[in-house]
Amino acid sequence: MIDLFDKHKGIEGRFARMLTLGVNALGLTNDRVISPTRAMINGRETILAGTNNYMGITLDADCIKAGQDAMAEFGTGTTGSRIANGSYALHVQLEAELAKFLKRKHCIVFTTGYQANLGMMSGLAGPKDTIFLDSDSHSSIYDGCTLSGAKLVRFRHNDAGDLDKRMARSEGEEGGRLVVIEGIYSMLGDRAPLRDFVELKKKHGFQLLSDEAHSFGVLGPNGRGLADEAGLEDDVDFVVGTFSKSVGAVGGFGAGNHPMFETLRYAMRPYMFTASSSPASVATSIAAVRKLAAEPERRAKLRANSARLFEGFKALGLDMGCDVASPVVAVKCADEISTITMWNALIEAGVYVNIALPPGTPNKLCLLRCSVSAAHDFDDIDRIIALFGRVVIAKAAA
Amino acid sequence: MTQSTINQICKLLEPFNTERKALTAETDISADLNIDSVAVMDFVMEVEDHFDIEIPLNVVSETRSIGDLAAVVEARTKKVLLP
Repeated sequence: MIDLFDKHKGIEGRFARMLTLGVNALGLTNDRVISPTRAMINGRETILAGTNNYMGITLDADCIKAGQDAMAEFGTGTTGSRIANGSYALHVQLEAELAKFLKRKHCIVFTTGYQANLGMMSGLAGPKDTIFLDSDSHSSIYDGCTLSGAKLVRFRHNDAGDLDKRMARSEGEEGGRLVVIEGIYSMLGDRAPLRDFVELKKKHGFQLLSDEAHSFGVLGPNGRGLADEAGLEDDVDFVVGTFSKSVGAVGGFGAGNHPMFETLRYAMRPYMFTASSSPASVATSIAAVRKLAAEPERRAKLRANSARLFEGFKALGLDMGCDVASPVVAVKCADEISTITMWNALIEAGVYVNIALPPGTPNKLCLLRCSVSAAHDFDDIDRIIALFGRVVIAKAAA
Repeated sequence: MTQSTINQICKLLEPFNTERKALTAETDISADLNIDSVAVMDFVMEVEDHFDIEIPLNVVSETRSIGDLAAVVEARTKKVLLP
């Protein structure tokens, strides 16, 4: 008999090596949450700089109250799918309010952000269609593409010219074409050059989906994401997003203006064959989306914090993930072992950031990845910069 | 499947073959060379551009050895040449 676990021996060895270098970076526990930017980790009060809690909204009193009331009124869980017993007035209300916020005719809510991409990719594209996806796409996009059964063509990251060339190679084939990009890429923090892709759309005629997971609530004058920032919302056919970042809950959405959009509800397995979001999570999302609309000062604070961290790191001479400031601020490191060592030194100094290693990163990069929150103050940002100076610069000099 | 195609693929594979292992038609690109899933996709992108063909990810997932990939390349190159 071949043991099914044999194939994971490489992972086991790599994991064991990580443990010889410090604590388990993949199993860290927040023993107590003090604020959106502070938690007790390994007995130490730690600055959280890797939570994707962009608006710092997770402990907002109004959102908590909304969640508590919904749980008391509707119960702990829905025990069913949206297409059976799991549609509550709250889900319908969240979809309506999100559609209004996004200025889209239709919006469908999913139980997680991961499922939103799984559902949208597989609902929009089928075996006769082709999906062109950016090479740096999130795993949920890759998995959704696989689930769709469509032909999958990967184009070079943020390179509309490369997409142009690849589209030309498959010209004349049957089936529709879907191009998938992201507002802010999760690992390096860079944005899609949306205008280039919109131009290409005029040449080739395809449908365009933008995953705004990291940019929803964050970019644009109205917080609607990259297309809002670029003033190109009419050229983006479908928008995907998540509630687990700027909204501070769990769940995701897909939205668009297509007259048949609602039929996706009966064509997306990740929407149909799972229980709907819990009432508390939906209610906190409704409250949070209202705050995204009503409190633009959160976005302004986030932008100021992001710029301060980005410029601070640049001034230290760190090798930055990209050349524009966004709430994702990544630092490129030399190799896996030094990255793990530096991550441990940062944790011991009282700051949590994300560690990102291949194949979870593009181009075999090893990254220390920070995400900034509107709830950070400038002292937090300056402390993170100082600690990176101490740990990362010291390591590079060693 | 010609030796020329295999040789061209081996050359394109060199930057990814960080452990400098010997390459033959039977070499399993991912398992033998210890190349992760993302690097395999990056490598196939180089192959696509070198031969000016399309190799969808669905095909990549069914391609294990250098010989398998050479067969895919030749089948797809022929298709391009036909009117």
